[in-house]
Amino acid sequence: MKAIVHVVLKKDVLDPQGKAVEAALRTLGFGEVAEVRQGKFFEITLDGPRDDASARLDKMCEELLANPVIEDYRITIPDA
Amino acid sequence: MKAVVVVFPGSNCDRDVAVALARCAGCAPTLVWHGATSLPVCDLVVLPGGFSYGDYLRAGAIAAHSPIMRSVRQAAARGVAVLGICNGFQILTETGLLPGALVRNAGLRFVCRPVDLRVEGDSPFLAGFTPGERIRFPVAHMEGNYQADPETLAGLEAEGRIVLRYVDANGGVTEAANPNGSVAGIAGITSASRRIFGLMPHPERVIGDELGGSDGRRFFAAVADALA
Repeated sequence: MKAIVHVVLKKDVLDPQGKAVEAALRTLGFGEVAEVRQGKFFEITLDGPRDDASARLDKMCEELLANPVIEDYRITIPDA
Repeated sequence: MKAVVVVFPGSNCDRDVAVALARCAGCAPTLVWHGATSLPVCDLVVLPGGFSYGDYLRAGAIAAHSPIMRSVRQAAARGVAVLGICNGFQILTETGLLPGALVRNAGLRFVCRPVDLRVEGDSPFLAGFTPGERIRFPVAHMEGNYQADPETLAGLEAEGRIVLRYVDANGGVTEAANPNGSVAGIAGITSASRRIFGLMPHPERVIGDELGGSDGRRFFAAVADALA
């Protein structure tokens, strides 16, 4: 089974990369861009279907994939 | 003083800090590979600067889970002093041995230059300097922007655990003097016990006038006296 994990900086943490991309998009003429937040994307393949997949993925995010001090994460299991 | 320098894949200041300890603190540190599962008996563990694991995921995030870090955490819990310089500071925050996080520099550029720092509070690591003194170490980092939630910051301030700040020539904490956007100009913090110290600047790079300064020599000499 596959899982998708998105990790983004928390709302109140400055995201200088997102700001730079935002400014570049406006420079290109995309004036409608109000804000850009840059994050990370993980596609994780798990061995077989697992009842505890969601809980295990939570643990993966807490222990490694995200830094809870500065980042939020979102787990999606498309086939579930 | 017996010191250990941990070497991660991608560390590049391990030898510099070992030379600094040998020349300024009179101790020949043992270099320990990150894959080791136990530490030699020691008074000080140094996590050196560099780019452990290529800064993959987040700076310090993978190194924080290296086999040796279990022993480092256990040693820290026993009161063994731990010093994290640059990438070492990032590893200390990723392990939770120090609070907060180090994120991408606000200016989005790698910053590599000498900076002026104000010594504050009391820490055995800064015993060689007087509180309020202004010293100069170089910085060299891409992720040195210290951030923490307001409660954590208030706690650090109240407990006097912010022991190094970026300052200007007049000793003021200003935006212009801040190389990376760190909140409150934070360059270095200690644990509540004062036995764990993380800083972004590199004292090991200024251990003699031929290297552009000798404040690092005073730093390591005093660390040896304080921790011996």
